[in-house]
This record gives sequence, C-alpha cells and structure tokens, in this order.
Amino acid sequence: MQDVIDRLADTIRATHPESPLCIRGGASKDFYGNRIPGRDHNLLDASGYHGIVSYEPTELVVTARAGTLLIDLESELLANRQMLAFDPPHFTESATIGGCVAAGLSGPRRSSAGSVRDFVLGVRMLDGRGDDLHFGGQVMKNVAGYDVSRLMVGSMGTLGLLLEISLKVLPRPSVEMTVTLQMNERDAIERMNHWAGKPLPISATCFYNNTLTVRLSGAEPAVRAAHLKMGGERLDDGDAFWRSVRDQTHPFFQSGRPLWRLSIKSTTPQLSLPGQQLTEWGGSLRWLITDPDLPHEDVRKAAKSAGGHATLFRCGKPSMDVFHPLSPAMMLVHRRLKEKFDPLRILNPGRLFPEL
Amino acid sequence: MQPLELVSELSTFLPTESVLYQGEDLRPYECDGLSAYRQTPMIVVLPQTEEEVIKILQICHRTKTPVVPRGAGTGLSGGALPHESGVLLSLTKLKKILELDPASRTARVQPGVRNLAISEAAAPYGLYYAPDPSSQIACSIGGNVAENSGGVHCLKYGLTVHNILELRVVTLSGEILEIGGSGLDAAGYDLLAIMTGSEGMLGIVTEIVVKLTPSAEKAQVVMAAFDDIRKAGDAVANVIGAGIIPAGMEMMDRITTRAVEEYVHAGYNLEAAAILLCESDGTVEEVADEVLRIGEIMRQSGAIEIKTSRDESERLRFWAGRKAAFPAAGRVSPDYYCMDGTIPRKKLAFVLTGIERLSSEYGLRCMNVFHAGDGNLHPLILYDANQPGELQKTEEFGAKILEMCIDVGGTITGEHGVGIEKINQMCSQFTRHELEMFHSVKAAFDPSGLLNPGKAIPTLRRCAEHGAMHVHRGDEKFPELPRF
Repeated sequence: MQDVIDRLADTIRATHPESPLCIRGGASKDFYGNRIPGRDHNLLDASGYHGIVSYEPTELVVTARAGTLLIDLESELLANRQMLAFDPPHFTESATIGGCVAAGLSGPRRSSAGSVRDFVLGVRMLDGRGDDLHFGGQVMKNVAGYDVSRLMVGSMGTLGLLLEISLKVLPRPSVEMTVTLQMNERDAIERMNHWAGKPLPISATCFYNNTLTVRLSGAEPAVRAAHLKMGGERLDDGDAFWRSVRDQTHPFFQSGRPLWRLSIKSTTPQLSLPGQQLTEWGGSLRWLITDPDLPHEDVRKAAKSAGGHATLFRCGKPSMDVFHPLSPAMMLVHRRLKEKFDPLRILNPGRLFPEL
Repeated sequence: MQPLELVSELSTFLPTESVLYQGEDLRPYECDGLSAYRQTPMIVVLPQTEEEVIKILQICHRTKTPVVPRGAGTGLSGGALPHESGVLLSLTKLKKILELDPASRTARVQPGVRNLAISEAAAPYGLYYAPDPSSQIACSIGGNVAENSGGVHCLKYGLTVHNILELRVVTLSGEILEIGGSGLDAAGYDLLAIMTGSEGMLGIVTEIVVKLTPSAEKAQVVMAAFDDIRKAGDAVANVIGAGIIPAGMEMMDRITTRAVEEYVHAGYNLEAAAILLCESDGTVEEVADEVLRIGEIMRQSGAIEIKTSRDESERLRFWAGRKAAFPAAGRVSPDYYCMDGTIPRKKLAFVLTGIERLSSEYGLRCMNVFHAGDGNLHPLILYDANQPGELQKTEEFGAKILEMCIDVGGTITGEHGVGIEKINQMCSQFTRHELEMFHSVKAAFDPSGLLNPGKAIPTLRRCAEHGAMHVHRGDEKFPELPRF
C-alpha cells in the first residue's frame, strides 16, 4: 500500500496552485461545503487507500485507511459487538472514514457519546508539501505535542490529505429501546434538558411534528427502569428511525429546499425563523428547512444569539457561504494554519472558507 | 527593557501587591510540581481581570519579554518553570465562577478556579465536573486545559478536551479569540482541541465553559487479586471485551501493594502479583448488573481473591491504597522518579517484563501503578540522590522505559505533559517534519514565540539533551496532594 501513498504524495507535489486538488473519498458528501473556485481543479481520488490496518477489540482501538468504507468498518466492529459511538452519517453507501473525519459530522448518538473528534486518537496524513506525517497515536491518553489529529477533524481537507485514522471504539449497548412521547416543542426542549441532567441512559433524542422520540441504551434492567421513570410508547423499529435521521432519509429532509444546521445552546427556546424544524442532540442541534430567499444573515444572527453557529448544510446549488463566518482574529489564526499546512493552497482551497 | 522599567510600567495599572520582583517574593514561583527544575523569574504578575491580562501581554509583546503562564503550579512536567528574563503570569487571582447554568449543564469559569471547586458548586444540582486529576483539590481549571488533564475516570468520562465547550483566549499580541461555543461544535478548525493540552504555548485562557455531568446514583468497586501480572492484564481485556466500560480500572504490582498496605491498611492481598480495582457507576440497576458481571469475569480470568465494596466507606478504603501509591514511594525510598508513558494494553506484560529486566540491570527498584483501562503506566523508580551516580542511572532507566513505550506503539506522556521534563523524548517520538509542524502551529498563534518559550516542543538543536521528574523526600512541592 506504500505505493498508493507515494502516488498520492507525487500528485500533491506536482500540483500547482492554479489547478488545485479537490479531495474525494466516497463522494457521499459532495453536496457539503463551499464550491472550490475555478473550473480547473483536479480530483484527488483518495478511495484507493483503503482497508483496516489494525483492530484490537479489547484495546477499543481501530486504525483504518482513509478510503475504507464506513459500512465495511462498521460491520467489522459489529462482528465484535462494538461501534463508532459518534454514529457517523453515511448519506450514501460509498461514504468513507476519511470523508467522515474530514467533514467532522456525527449522528444521533453524539449528544451522549461524543463527536467524531472526541474519538479520534491519531492520524497519518500528507500535508500540502506531500510530507508523510503522524500525529497522536493508538492509545487513549496522549499529551505529547499539539493535538493535530483533532485539528484535522472537520477541516474539510484544507490542511492535509488523511491517510490513516485511529479511532477509539466502544461496545454496543446490550439493549436499546426507542420510545415516543407527544408534546409541544417548548415542553420537549425543557424535558430533554431536564433528563440530560439526570443519570438516565438516554442515547439519542429527536423532536419533530409534536413527537419527542427518545432512545435508551444500556443494561436491560437500567433501560427498563428508565422507561418506567420517563414513560412513552415503544417504537418497534427504533434502529430504522435513527438511521433515517442520521442519513437524512427521514421525510423531514426530503423537501428539496435549503437545509440549515444550527448548533446552539441546548436550552434555547424554539427559534423564530420561518420554515420547518427538527431538533436533535437534547436541543443542541436544530435543523431548519426554509425558503431560498430567507437572508442568510437572519439564520446566522439567530444561531449566534443562541451561542452557536449556522451551516447551510444543503442548498441545492454551489455556494461560497456555507459555514458561519469567523471573527477577524479567528480568521487570522485559521489563515496562518492553512499557510503552514498547505503553503501553496492546493488542497481543497475555499471548501471551508473562501480565505483558506 | 530593564526590569525596573517594566515593573514601573506594569505598576501603572496593577496594584503593588500584584507585581513582584524582589528576591523573597519570587521564591514561591521558581518551580511547579517538578521541583528539581528551578528558576527565579524576573517579574511575577498577578492580574485580577482580563483587561489586565491583555495590557500585560501587550507590554510584553512590545518589549519582547517572554511570558510564562502559571495556574496553581501543581503540574508535574515543569511547564510553568519560569524564564530568567521573563514575566511569570500567575492566573490564580482570576478565580470567579462567572455563571453556573444547571439547565444547560454548563459553568463559565475563570482559569484560576480550582477543579474541585467547580464540582462543589455544581453538587447542589446533582451535577459535577468529570475530569478528576489527582491534584484536583488544588489544581486550577486553566492548568487542566493547558495539560488536557485526565484522572482515574477518564476512560468512561473523557479528558479535559471532552469536557469543555468554550474558551476565551488572549493571544500574546493582546487579541481575543473566542473558541468553541454553547453548542456542541463550532465553525472552522477545531481550535478548542489544539488549545487543550498546548501547555500555555499558544495563548492565555481567561474564561472556560465546562460541561457538567449528572452525578451517578451509585458507585461500587470490585477488587481482584492475581498471582500473575499477565492474568491481571488479561482480566482487564476480558472486562472490556465483555462490553463493559468501567468508571475506573487501576492496577498495582506487588511491590506497590506492599508499600501502600503498610501505609493505609486497605486490606490488599499481599501475596498477589497484581491487584485490580474496577469501579462501576451509574443507576442503581446498572451498577448491580455490572458489578455481578465484573466479578464473574475476574473469577474466570483466574483471580485468587475477589472483594466487592459493600458500602461507600469500603469503596473509599479500596481506593485509598491506590491513591497512596506516590506518597508510599516517597516513604520506602529517599527519592523516586515518576514516568507517565501510555502503551497499548496488550503490551503490558511485555513492558512490565522489560521494566523488571532494566530494574535488575540498573540495580534500582521500580513500583508500577497503572491506569489499566486506558493504558497509562506510572512506573516509579526508587533511588537515592545522595548516592553518587544513582540519579544519572535513574534518568537512563527512565529514558529506556519511555523509549520502550514508543517502541510498542505508545507515547511518552499520557497525562503529565511534556513541559521541560520530557522535551528530549519528543525527539524520539516525532520526526523532524512533525516537530517542525508543531512549531508552525505555535507560530500561527504566537508568531513572536514569546509565550512559554523552550517548553513542550524541542528545537531540533535541543534534541540531544536529557531531563526528568525527580521528587526528593521532603522536597516535594505539594506533599499534601495525592498523586496517582
């Protein structure tokens, strides 16, 4: 497999800024992020570097090449009753672990288990000079050097090409139960936050259309006891429901209109923005489907005043305004980091912010 | 600028007692928890507000004066070792809990707030701050962010990086960075992760928003004794293989249990080659179920004795011995040297056998305590600094242990940080390009390089020297603090 890395490094070294590289893994998130400006960019297909490098279930660590399909990785973990606890969205079957880490997206289990960056232990990557670098490692605790492996999460390929990723994995819960409760949004936000402050085995929440759906996970007696405390009707195929929310196949996401993702303080009351909303992560994540003519500024303002940020997750056409703008001081640090990792700006330029 | 000119400039906005520059006043700041390294700072400043921090940094930036930040000074790797011609910036007076919001389970605090004080403030709401480094009664949250501190419960509850949402940071040039947010993620690069564990090299943290965790209903600990360290290692793997993530999982070898038993009378099996402490917490139902399963796994893994804590006082007694390991080392030997490597757990027997071999090779005893759940090993090399040459032998022994950790795929520091202590071993763990990238990251935040210079990331030139943590009995900086 070293020959694949050598070829990728050669490609990076041979690239000129006027025709930069657009990194692609499984193409499952081609819709996500800013358009890379100019028509002249070259596709860098990273899917050829795939496969699990090592997996030790009792160490709770898996190391996979970036092109490994999420479905393959997850089925290997499932065979050992383990999982990627951050519950990555797949969107399509071609999703790779490299794309998952580069986009930094997590699914319904995130609010209880943690996000993709929480589970990244180490990376091997090629920077913009084609240098092969290792950061972090395959151990749970590691404070040697700056945490560059976590910096890569969500950097949208703008700092380097991920080659290998080491992730902490967790056991699958022995029992899961999904229940639904009918209530309005105000009560649901209040209830989700109240429960999150109690030692309850809640692993996912979703509010939509006056229905609060909650998943309980853990030892059978604990799940049963929690259900007694919290109430709610049992939902038969809970897994299918959570998968549909995670991969956005749920009817809410099928409108074809712009989809915003607002990551905000969990206790924020219902947002007064026009459109339909679906709430996850105990109130911290609000999806908004709205009109194309709603000024972006309105959504950004609402997110900012709720302590968070808004992403134009899907808008059906190329955009240069996907991510929430940064303050000048923050942008300065971002620009300097980009200059250090990718001095010629040849890796996914503009995909995260036009300035990077 | 001359020291006195700097003092007079700082005194224009800081009260007299917040600008220290004379002999005796500086003494308490000359080292942190790694007392073998000492340096008198030129000036110590103790700001009380963020505005004061900004002004101090702007002056230092203009006058090209190095700045070394310091929290409670309990760090074990010399990260807060002063600079001889620099300003030591103590953040202990920034110690307000600015806001505690039980509904969103967060607290906004200043960096000088003690770790335990956050949990104490949150307790009335059934919440606490999860990372619990052994020094939690004294260490500050700002220092925890600088070191990415863990604790015995971090396998289940995470490190500092997993338990903070937001940082307010002042750069050396005096600009404010608002990093993270009230949501669970933020736009742009994950600067929250890069700041956490950056050892005060990138910016000065003036506010931190921490996540609070609901207190468990119950906790219980299973203590299992093994006649073979390999069996104990296998038992840890078997617990995790059975799908259990214990709240804490700690191992001690025989030399350690014998040293601590004398000291705390925890009731350990002194014939055992190793003792495992495995804690379960959660709802009453969860704990009841998990403790039964853990006990059964220990039995199947060949434990020669298994005890389960019957009540809270017994649980604390089981833990007391583990928490007394460092002081016990200080009791059985005039000096000890603490290592902090992390290894893949399956390499435990290999590494322990290697340590045993080195121990007889160097003629120095070594106690082994181990955060077994997450592979973080603390070998304590026992030596006597008064014996000529013993210190040097100890350092060599220690360096070989760290190199062994790197060789088996581990790391030189799991939780104590690199600081000044392990800066040379960084050269073994990282390549030239990787070290250069670390310097580039620093330059992105601090192009002047004035913030905590010479720590954590070695210059390529420096890569040949050596250093270590030494504790001489009675010389320990915080003898009252538990260390585990």
